[in-house]
Amino acid sequence: MKKILIVDDEPNIVMSLEYTFKKNNFQVFIARDGQEALDILKTALPDIIILDVMMPNVDGYNTLEQIKNDTRLKHTKVIFLSAKNKEKDIEKGLSLGADLYMTKPFSVKKLVEHVNELTNN
Amino acid sequence: MNSIVLLIILSVYLGLLFGVAHWAEKRGNSKWTNNPYVYTLSLAVYCSAWTYYGSIGVAATSGLNYLPIYIGPIIVIPVWIIILRKIIRISKINKVSSIADFISLRYGNSRFLGALVTLICIFGILPYIALQLKAIAETFKVVTKTTGEFNIFSDTTTYVAIALALFASYYGTRYVDASEQRKGIVTAVALESVLKLFFFLLLGVYVTFFVFDGFDDIYAQASQFADFKEKNTVGGIPQAINWFFLCILSLFAIFLLPRQFQMSVVENNRESHIKTAIWLFPLYLLLFNIFVYPVAWGGNILFEGKSVNPDTYSLLIPQFFDNQFITVLVFLGGFSAAISMIVVSSIGLSTMLSNNLLIPYGFLGRLQSEVQEHNTKKIVKIRKVGIFVLIIFSYIIYRVFVLEYNLFSIGMVSFVIIAQLAPAFFGAVLWRRGSKKGAVTGIIIGFLICTYTLLVPYAIGITNADNSFITNGLFGIELLKPFQLFGIDYLDPVPQALFWSILFNTMSYLSVSVSFMGNYRERNYAEMYVNIDHHIATDENAFIWKGTAYTSDIQKVLNRFLGEERTKRALNLFRLKYNVENTQGLADARLIKFAENLLTGHIGTASAKILISSVVKEEKITLPEVLKILEESKENILINKKLTETSKELKAITAQLKKANEDLILKDKQKDEFLDTISHELRTPITAIRAATEILHDDDDVPVEMKKQFLSNIITESDRLNRLITKILDLEKFDSGLQKIYVTKNNIYLTICETIKQLKQLIENKNITIDLISERNIVKAFYDEDRITQVLNNLLSNAIKFCPNQDGTIAISIKETDKNIEVAVEDNGKGIDENDFEAVFDKFYQSSNQNIRKPVGSGLGLAICKKIIEHHNGKIWAENTINAGARLTFTIPKYSREIT
Repeated sequence: MKKILIVDDEPNIVMSLEYTFKKNNFQVFIARDGQEALDILKTALPDIIILDVMMPNVDGYNTLEQIKNDTRLKHTKVIFLSAKNKEKDIEKGLSLGADLYMTKPFSVKKLVEHVNELTNN
Repeated sequence: MNSIVLLIILSVYLGLLFGVAHWAEKRGNSKWTNNPYVYTLSLAVYCSAWTYYGSIGVAATSGLNYLPIYIGPIIVIPVWIIILRKIIRISKINKVSSIADFISLRYGNSRFLGALVTLICIFGILPYIALQLKAIAETFKVVTKTTGEFNIFSDTTTYVAIALALFASYYGTRYVDASEQRKGIVTAVALESVLKLFFFLLLGVYVTFFVFDGFDDIYAQASQFADFKEKNTVGGIPQAINWFFLCILSLFAIFLLPRQFQMSVVENNRESHIKTAIWLFPLYLLLFNIFVYPVAWGGNILFEGKSVNPDTYSLLIPQFFDNQFITVLVFLGGFSAAISMIVVSSIGLSTMLSNNLLIPYGFLGRLQSEVQEHNTKKIVKIRKVGIFVLIIFSYIIYRVFVLEYNLFSIGMVSFVIIAQLAPAFFGAVLWRRGSKKGAVTGIIIGFLICTYTLLVPYAIGITNADNSFITNGLFGIELLKPFQLFGIDYLDPVPQALFWSILFNTMSYLSVSVSFMGNYRERNYAEMYVNIDHHIATDENAFIWKGTAYTSDIQKVLNRFLGEERTKRALNLFRLKYNVENTQGLADARLIKFAENLLTGHIGTASAKILISSVVKEEKITLPEVLKILEESKENILINKKLTETSKELKAITAQLKKANEDLILKDKQKDEFLDTISHELRTPITAIRAATEILHDDDDVPVEMKKQFLSNIITESDRLNRLITKILDLEKFDSGLQKIYVTKNNIYLTICETIKQLKQLIENKNITIDLISERNIVKAFYDEDRITQVLNNLLSNAIKFCPNQDGTIAISIKETDKNIEVAVEDNGKGIDENDFEAVFDKFYQSSNQNIRKPVGSGLGLAICKKIIEHHNGKIWAENTINAGARLTFTIPKYSREIT
């Protein structure tokens, strides 16, 4: 069973994502900000992480930087999922090493397709 | 006292003075030599041997008459701050090095006038120097108790004169540029001024308190004399008029005496020193006069009936009591007074002699060498010989004409002669119309009158010839009696001579100046002198000249006197000052004036003009043309002033624009961030709605429970979206001024209670305790109830949000001040970061990291609160409580009957 970590501070968005990925046979971890995500990553090794950018305490960019520093996570894929949709935000996200940058609002179907694509390779 | 011993003392004393001069010359920039006190003390060269000995003589024989000589300067000194400063400025700018230069430059670089002034000065001052030598000789005899020596070689004065001549010609001619300052001489003179005053005061104290029993004792004994009262009252109107003229005379002298001009103008190195001089110099003169009277009458009492010269009372009294120490000190004081006068006068005179008489009238032709050193050497040699000759000549006057008159009257004659320069001199700085012809006529006529009324009778008196000229007048005509000219018989000889000579002098100066206009050069300098403050910074601009001149020719002339290096440096300075290109072949008026100035210090103003004229081709300019140019330059100054003002205004406007632009850029950036944040905030609920809706749409197997949850989420997020839009629009209305506030009389206590009621559910959910603290339950104020409810709702909602989950407390307090109602809402949460006390009221307030989200609702609430309170003319601010919770306070105006 593949593992997915969802990092977002909006409970209603998290709820939809959790329902969708459980339905697609993922083991789902949930964090409400960057700090919680990093804490979870100390023990869990997800295949893919869905990461919001604007969050309390530790933002998404910062979280990804720390993930990239952790050699245990070098095979973990990361998708940014953010309402920040400016060119420079997307470029920044990708340059930090994210595999994909999706903007909010998003299509659940497409997200699931991308996640499957990334995790099957 | 033995002559040899006294000579040794004198030599040591002179050695000391030379040493000080040498030291000061080497340390020309030290603060010991460059301060206002040295400057002021050097002015005290005014007090010569005449003051030192002569005043006592006059006080003893004719009472109070010695005073006007000091009253004149004291009266005029406050005016120095204006006139002397003006003279100093003019002199510095034009490199003037003597009073002859000063006068001749103003009247169109007139060679003749310069020479005339020089001759007048020499004529007036040489006997004066002789007088100093006489004082030294006589007092030497008194101290050593010897009688007159007629052999030149055994007369001490011979050696003193030679020593002084050597000293002055060595230190007085250190610089070729005569307008340079002579620190050595100035410092030595200042030291001598201190010593002579000190020794004189010492004598005064000795006579008054040791010989006699204080002032009262002297007065009591002196009043026994028959003529005491007569001598010590002014004595009616005629005597008062005499006094008046003597005051005027000394007032002129303080400006015009070559030694005073030398010290106060040429040797001045900072204008501000005048400020010290105007109080210290009068004080010095006053101190010098305190003991004149007691010593004079003390002498009268002690030597009653004996035939002694009252001029030497100051030496005779200590000698009478066999006090050799004080006798020698007094002698040294008098010696100091004499030699400083001799040295400074001879330097001033020799500069004039060389720069205004010898060089322009003869030696200029010999200064044609291309090598600067040769010319310089020649100039210095002329001056050295000049000083030497002048002093020796004075010595001859002293030896040949055995001066029978007392110190006082010879000094007076000297003053009257010098006073003839007054109309031309003061006219130079005050009156534009004054012309060369007027000045020359005035000086000559004045001098002739004083020859007739003073010099001739005195000369006759010396030779003891037939006195009928004095008693009966020329050709026996009553009206031409020299001492009672035109029948005026109540004036003493000196005031009488002054009155007639200055009267005719001034009248001729004025009438000739008005009748015959000066040439354009005179008019040009008149403008530069009278209006010096306008031309001070760029004086060369004020010089009017037309013609053709080549820079290289001028440079060649300058090379001859300044040397190549100094010339190059000076020209570079000139180019920097006026921003002129180096390659300019043709010289303009400014360069010509600049070159003349450079040469003036070396060879005098007249020669400078002659030299420069010899290498340039000058075209005649008519007087009307000059006047037109002067008018235009005045206009230019005005236009320049306006331009400067305009450019200042432009600068201010530019600065404002820059500031406005920066503000705009900042606002623009803030707007961008605001839009960024708003779009993010709007997208977030849409995202939640979109995701839930998609799941419900695509997935038919969603369990009922989940389905309900998703639908409920959609409702919540839609409401959130709606609230957000309302708030954004609200804020926009406040920002654009469309939001109206409807103020009515309300009870804030009630409004708060209502708001608490609305939030009751939330408060109970979190188990929060609410306290409402107020002295009364009716607190009236003017406000828009809906809007203030909105504010209270916002503050309370935030407080509820930040209260801890357990034991949360909120305190609302109402306080009444003089004019306001103050409402505070406190919680017991974590408080607000100190740096964010103001930022929390910004739209979408966020901390420094743009991507970190703070859980403060929409981020618009407090911004709206602030707008509402500001529209009520109130204030809102955030702070932390003692328990570190947050406290938000706002004020609204209290209800008062005046506002309806």
